[in-house]
This record gives sequence, C-alpha cells and structure tokens, in this order.
Amino acid sequence: MPHALVHEHLEDDVSRLVDNRGSNQAVDDGPHDPQDHLDAVPQQRHVRAREMAPLILTHYTVVSALGKGLSETYEALRNRRSGLRPCDFEDVGITTYIGRVDDVEDVFVDGGSTSAELERFDCRNNRLALLGLQQDGFIQAAIEARERYGAHRVAVILGSSTSGILETEHAYNRRNPATGALPSSYLTSHRYTHNMFSSAHFVRTYLGLRGPAMVISTACSSSAKAFATAARFIEAGFCDAAVVGGVDSLCLTILYGFASLELMSSGPCRPCDENRNGLTLGESAGFALLEKSKHAGRPGAVALLGYGESCDGYHMSHPHPEGTGAIKAMQAALLRSALIPGDIDYIHLHGTATRSNDSIEDTAVHSVFGPSTPCSSTKGWTGHTLGAAGVTGAVIAAMCLTRGFVPGTLNTTRIDPILSSHVMLDNREQPVRRVLSNSFGFGGNNCSLIFGTV
Amino acid sequence: MTLYVNGIGTLGPGLADWAGSRAVLAGKSPSYDALPTEPSASLLPPNERRRSSESVRWALHVAQEAMQQAEADAREVATVFASSDGETGVLDRLCTALAAPQRTISPTLFHHSVHNAASGYWGIATGSQQSSTVLACYDSSFCAALLEAAAYVQIEERSVLLVAYDLPSPPPLYAARPLRGGFAAALLLTRNPAPRNLAQFDLALSTDHSQEATNMDDARLEALRSGNQAARSLPLLAAIARQRSTLVRLEYLEDQYVLIRVRPC
Repeated sequence: MPHALVHEHLEDDVSRLVDNRGSNQAVDDGPHDPQDHLDAVPQQRHVRAREMAPLILTHYTVVSALGKGLSETYEALRNRRSGLRPCDFEDVGITTYIGRVDDVEDVFVDGGSTSAELERFDCRNNRLALLGLQQDGFIQAAIEARERYGAHRVAVILGSSTSGILETEHAYNRRNPATGALPSSYLTSHRYTHNMFSSAHFVRTYLGLRGPAMVISTACSSSAKAFATAARFIEAGFCDAAVVGGVDSLCLTILYGFASLELMSSGPCRPCDENRNGLTLGESAGFALLEKSKHAGRPGAVALLGYGESCDGYHMSHPHPEGTGAIKAMQAALLRSALIPGDIDYIHLHGTATRSNDSIEDTAVHSVFGPSTPCSSTKGWTGHTLGAAGVTGAVIAAMCLTRGFVPGTLNTTRIDPILSSHVMLDNREQPVRRVLSNSFGFGGNNCSLIFGTV
Repeated sequence: MTLYVNGIGTLGPGLADWAGSRAVLAGKSPSYDALPTEPSASLLPPNERRRSSESVRWALHVAQEAMQQAEADAREVATVFASSDGETGVLDRLCTALAAPQRTISPTLFHHSVHNAASGYWGIATGSQQSSTVLACYDSSFCAALLEAAAYVQIEERSVLLVAYDLPSPPPLYAARPLRGGFAAALLLTRNPAPRNLAQFDLALSTDHSQEATNMDDARLEALRSGNQAARSLPLLAAIARQRSTLVRLEYLEDQYVLIRVRPC
C-alpha cells in the first residue's frame, strides 16, 4: 500500500487553490512573491475561449549560419547573403551544402563560479545554445526577468529534434573493441548532452531559472510548439514568463538520414523553384523571453498573437497530400489570434525546398489565404535547422515587424508555375503588422505561429 | 485546476492492464514480477506494427487501452506523449551504422529515430489531426506532461490523452541510462465531468518542499517508480485505484512539486 497520503495542511492548500479558482474575485496577476507556495493559482481568463491575450517577446535573438544575433541576421537577409556552404562538417562524404555556424567549436561552456556544474553540459548542441544566449543581451534580460518574477516563476521551454546525439555518435566510434562498452566519460555525460532534456536543463541551469521546464521534440515543429506550450503555461498560471526557443546542431544522424531519404539537394536549396531538388541542412539556436503584455507591453512591442497546432495523421515522413493538417494549424492560429486571413501581411513559409513539401504547403497556404498574401522561405539563407526552425522563423518574423522588411526567397530563379500562392523572390521594404510563420515536421506534426506589434 | 480521468491504460511488470493494475495498486492483490506480455498495439496496421519499434508499440498499446475504456473517439482527442529517452533501440542501430565505414542507414531507421515516432504512429493509426506534443524532462517527464496535458485541457477545452513510456536501452547505451524496467501508462483527461469518470483531479504547482513526495510502500512498485519516469505516475494511479480522496505529491524539478487532489467519481 502507498503511504498515508493525506497531510492536513497540504489538503488545506489545495482546497484554497481550488476555492480561488472557482471564485469570481479579481486575481492579481502581478509578479508573485517567490515565497508564496500557492503560486499556482490559475489566472483568471482575460479573453473569450479560444482567443489569447498577446504575449510580448520582450527580448529575442538567434544564431544561425547567417551570423550571431539580430544585426548580423538582418544584414545577411537584407543583403541576400546566404549562410550556406559546401559541406565541411567533420569527415562527412556527402555532396551537399550545409548551414554551419562558425566558431561553435570554440565556445567554452563555463559559468564562472558554477562552471563545474555547467562543464558537464559541454557538447556542440549546448555550445550553440550558449552562443545564442550570449547575443543581444539575452542573458541579462533573462536574469532581470528572474529577479522581477522570482526564479521559480520563469519557465524554460525549448524545442530540439536531435539534442546532443553527436556525442553518442562519437562515443560509438570509441567503443571498447573487446566488450563493445561505451567510454566511461560518455556514460557520465550522456544525461547532460544527448538526453532530450539536455538543452533546457543547460539553459535553466545557466540562467539560474527554477520554473517549469521541458524540451518539446516533435521534429521540425519542436521550437514553434514551445511557444504554444509556454503560452498555455503562462495562461494556466504555472509561470509568469518563459524563456522559449530551441536549438539543433549538425550531426551525422541528420546528414546521413536525410541523404537516405533522398531529400537533400546537392547544391544550396532553392525553395519553391521549379527545379528545386531538396533541402539543405543547417543549425541554429534561438530564444525569446515571453511575458504578459500587462507587464511588458509598450507601443510597437512584438507579441505572440496566436498559435495553431495539428497533425496530419497520414505518414511518418511525407505530409498529407492535400495539406489538411497544415490548413488546420494555420486556421487554428488565426482563430486563436482573432484574426482573419486578410489581416496577415506576410507568411514565413516552412519552405524546405523538397518537391512535395513546398507544393503541399503552397496548396495549404492558398486554400487559407488565397493568391495575394506575400509569402517566402528563408531556408536558402539558413538551411533547414529542424527543431530550431520554428524559433528561427519566429525571430525573423519579429525582425520583419520591427524593421519594416520582408525577405524574399534566396537561390530561387524561377518560381514553380504549379504554385498558386504569392511566393516572393525579392526582398521588400514595407510596413509589416502581422506575420504568420509555419513549421511542419516528421510524424506529420504542424505548428503555425502569428506575431504582430501591439 | 480541475480535470477528470476518463480512461487508463498500463503496461509494466505485473501491471499488464488497468484492471489488473487497479487490484495491485489498491492493495487487493499482491504485486508480482512478471515480464509484461508483448504489447498488441492492435490498432496499428500489420505492416506498420511490424516496422514500428518496441517503445512505439508499448506507447500505442496503453493509449489504445485508455481510449477503448472511455469509448472515446481518437479523432477528437489531442495527445501529449512523454518519453525521457525516446527511441533508444533505433538510436543504437543508427549510431552503430554511423560508426561503420559505409555509414549506411535506411530511410525507415532514420524516420523511426525521431522522439515523436509514437505520436506519428498514433496519428497514422487513428487518422487524428488533433495537436500532439511530445516532450522530455528526464525523470520528470511524466510530471511535465501532466502539466502540459492539464493546461491543454483547461485552455484549449479539448480532451487530452497523456501517454508516458520508456523502455530500458539496449547495451551499450543501457550503461548510460540504466532504467530498471519498462513501463507505459496512458490517461485520458477531460475538462468536464462525464458518467464514465474514474477520478477527479484538482491540480496545482507548488514550491513547498516541507513534505516528502508521495512514493509507493510496496518495495517492488517503489523500485519501478523510482527507476522509470513513466512509472512516476504510479502514486497517482494508486490513488485512483483505491477510490479514496487522496493528496498526491509528485516531484517535478528540484523544488517544484505537482500536487493532485484525487477524488473518486
């Protein structure tokens, strides 16, 4: 039999929580006292069911093959400078291009007085995560949020598809020839490197955050879905703010894996081109600090307005041929943000540049938005960064909103005539108020996010 | 935050289904060690079942049991899958192949290696297009999934099937993560009460660490609970099985706990 479970004062606690939940009294949703263990009182709903209160991205940043941080990313997009290069990752013998981030190898995972605790996280994936955190004052912003709300009121919700699997790939090369055993140094670091929770564990440890945490791993929609879960956690009262985002880094698994699926282009990818012949893999890390507008809202601030999640229920590695799952995700995001298709100024496509993905996404976009809404894919700049593609798209969307800029599509010379959406080749300078960004993954897992200014 | 349990599935040593588990967890029959039978996961088409990994079959087996018990329509239910270690059997084969000179891996091996393989197969088997979130939080994966599922039920106003599962890795990976035994559990959670409810949950996050987390008195069940994140659900399942109002305290992260007042329905 389990222990006697009823502890009188805890029972009182839960009763009070439940009483508060059921009452109509105004609930203060200001920063909570860190000492208050009743911190989970769910906030009152500010909005009608299915619509969400905008959440402000008070700080955000990204590192990809385009560069480190917002300025380098923006300059590369604006000057149409691709981050893709012939594959020079380790000794990979595949004829392809990659979006590799420079200097990841030189990042030192160290945290001063807590460095022993942090060094065990050392691997390419967490080095890339740290490189991301170090841009645009993100670490300072997260520390300020920690001080403002209390460490346990700030969540860390990240997305990744392969985590630090590169460490395991390396360890398999160093198996004991007699016993097949993995090296002992790998065995003790596995939890902090390859295990799927590693990146969130690392980021939360590095930033000294103690709120809810998890890694979402739904292949290429992972870090988009992190925004949706964070929005729910804030609305449910599980936290007041969240560090959201994701990180995925190059590894043999994805390079040889996508090669086996014959989905990889031998040259730089050409999204939506009539002669597109596959994707280019990349790596990136991106982060955003999500807060309620009541605390962080200011005119012109970038906000998450809506999210939509769905599945195809069709195939592990091929999207539904009619794009029904993608349609459902975009429609759900519109519903959640109380917007109509005409309110969206620009669609950041998933746009991986495989023949079927681009045409199916086009079918889905056209069915929701018709032929006029401008859309483009930035994969020709960054490559497909898999689990980090969602947050990369989110940060690009935020830059569109703040800089009055819309990227076109790079490397593409002639748009496939079978596509019926308004795919843009050239960049544009124009005011942008609302952007929808798509992320679709293996297993038929879809997520659309809508960002706007408030 | 209030929600209701409408169906449960279990698979583990001596816990082959909910009917059997309920008797063991309620203390009405003794716990015992028995290798669980091979999961049927009969909703998968035969060719998909043959290709799928063992952990996918475990996950889908308990998912199917919970849904059948509740007579719920999978196309109307969102899912949250929780696995700490994912497809370790596939990853072992993948890393072995990548360590060989030719580095030849099959397309099937690759797309089965993703952490969301079970979620993808659930979608294929049921045709459901509802949201599916797959998450990892090491030994706290079940707890994280319970929070995500509860928030989803509350805010999206849709039932959620929570599926937690992990199997011990094959060697040599086993030495890096020695899970004591395989376990999978599924709970169908709904927002509103219904005639078939098995229990009511009032759930809250807490940082009060003045009390110990709830564990299992039975040594065999406690070993399972502490050795596999999916089995961290056992105190909750035991409270449901005993049909008494019970406060369950699950350890989430360091000083974070999930408190669940379990009430019989």
